[in-house]
Amino acid sequence: MPSFLPILLDGLRVTAGVACLSAVFALVIAFTVGLGRLVPLRPLQVVLRAYVEVFRGTSALIQLFYVYFVFPLFGLNLEPFPAAVIALSLNTGAYGSEIVRSSVLAVSKGQREAASVLGLPGPTTVRLVLLPQAIPRMLPPFGNLLVEHIKITSLVSLITVTDLAFAAQNVVQAQGNATQVYLIVLALYFVICFPVTQGTRFIERALRRAGRLGEGQ
Amino acid sequence: MTFDLGFALEILPTLAWAARLTVLSTLGGFALAAILGLLLAMARMNPLAPVRWLAHSYIEIVRNTPFLIQLYLVFYVLPDFGISAPALITGILTLGLNYSAYLAEVYRSGIEGTPVDQWEAAGALSLSSTVTWARVIVPQAVRPVIPILGNYGIGMLKETPLLSTIAVIELFGAAQSIAGTTYRYYEPYTVVAVVFLMLSLPTAWLINLLEKRLNRHG
Repeated sequence: MPSFLPILLDGLRVTAGVACLSAVFALVIAFTVGLGRLVPLRPLQVVLRAYVEVFRGTSALIQLFYVYFVFPLFGLNLEPFPAAVIALSLNTGAYGSEIVRSSVLAVSKGQREAASVLGLPGPTTVRLVLLPQAIPRMLPPFGNLLVEHIKITSLVSLITVTDLAFAAQNVVQAQGNATQVYLIVLALYFVICFPVTQGTRFIERALRRAGRLGEGQ
Repeated sequence: MTFDLGFALEILPTLAWAARLTVLSTLGGFALAAILGLLLAMARMNPLAPVRWLAHSYIEIVRNTPFLIQLYLVFYVLPDFGISAPALITGILTLGLNYSAYLAEVYRSGIEGTPVDQWEAAGALSLSSTVTWARVIVPQAVRPVIPILGNYGIGMLKETPLLSTIAVIELFGAAQSIAGTTYRYYEPYTVVAVVFLMLSLPTAWLINLLEKRLNRHG
């Protein structure tokens, strides 16, 4: 066992912390923004659309640096860890909101019309008619997004969060062995991401068999 | 804190000049990924099981590990093999290697969408496997997936700032160096974000347009 493995595992814990925390926030943002964009209120739609376009149209790395270096100029001084969580939550949340929005829109028009004929109020329609049918559709793309999310957590090392990528750089600077260290780090990320990928495929197959992904998917 | 427009305009030429490396690495990386991805997709359908297995493993490993670590690895591994490439070449190479795994899956969906009778017709005409791929399958498989390929191109554009970590002074790297020497962060990073939006949003609209056209004539 290489002597530097414990250092990498310490980094892995930080990676897991950043990934889990920001994934939870991103999920909340995804539903809030995704559903918010379906509310027929022009100003709300403009603001939410701008958020989504800006975060999907620029790089996660730029967003990280923006939160870490530019926010303090407006009096919001953040430690690296919370800055990382905020930036990654906003980034993944923007992508997630598109999944929520398109999945809800994919529920057939007939379902919405039926709810309106029954006189269900908007929020009840969303809760009892749209979401139960839309959520299964969201699972496979959310699984893929989670893998992307875990992978971009490696960027937080660049604003000095001591995650796995950061630990790897430290080890390489101290002892060399770059190829060996980075191969091990690659393997560690793979061990986390691959089960998520496989799990997503399993869920997708199961949902398709159960006919819960809608026709033509 | 107010946005100093004068300073932003002052650094604009430097950033615009650095943006050429952003565009160059995106185009170079994409060209490489487009070719490697197609070869990978074909390898996944090779009659030889070890070839299929190798291609499949490569795709899974690349897709389930971060680009940043892949970049560090290639950066350090190449010299081990006695190859000293400029950082830009290393960056383009890694972008191409990374995205080839994603594009391979896109091509695969296109190939699987090609009707089976096209293979049978090629077989009946006793076309060689090379001719079948090059003249029959690939042209039909690629056309419907062009918009998806384009979206991956935009994805690649947004990965290019990572090349700054191996000292490629592209757009983001240039902003970083300006911020580092002037201690002014607001203007450089804002300008960079705006330039990225100006590159990615119109490209996305163009791809949307292209998708509609392809669907109409499909």
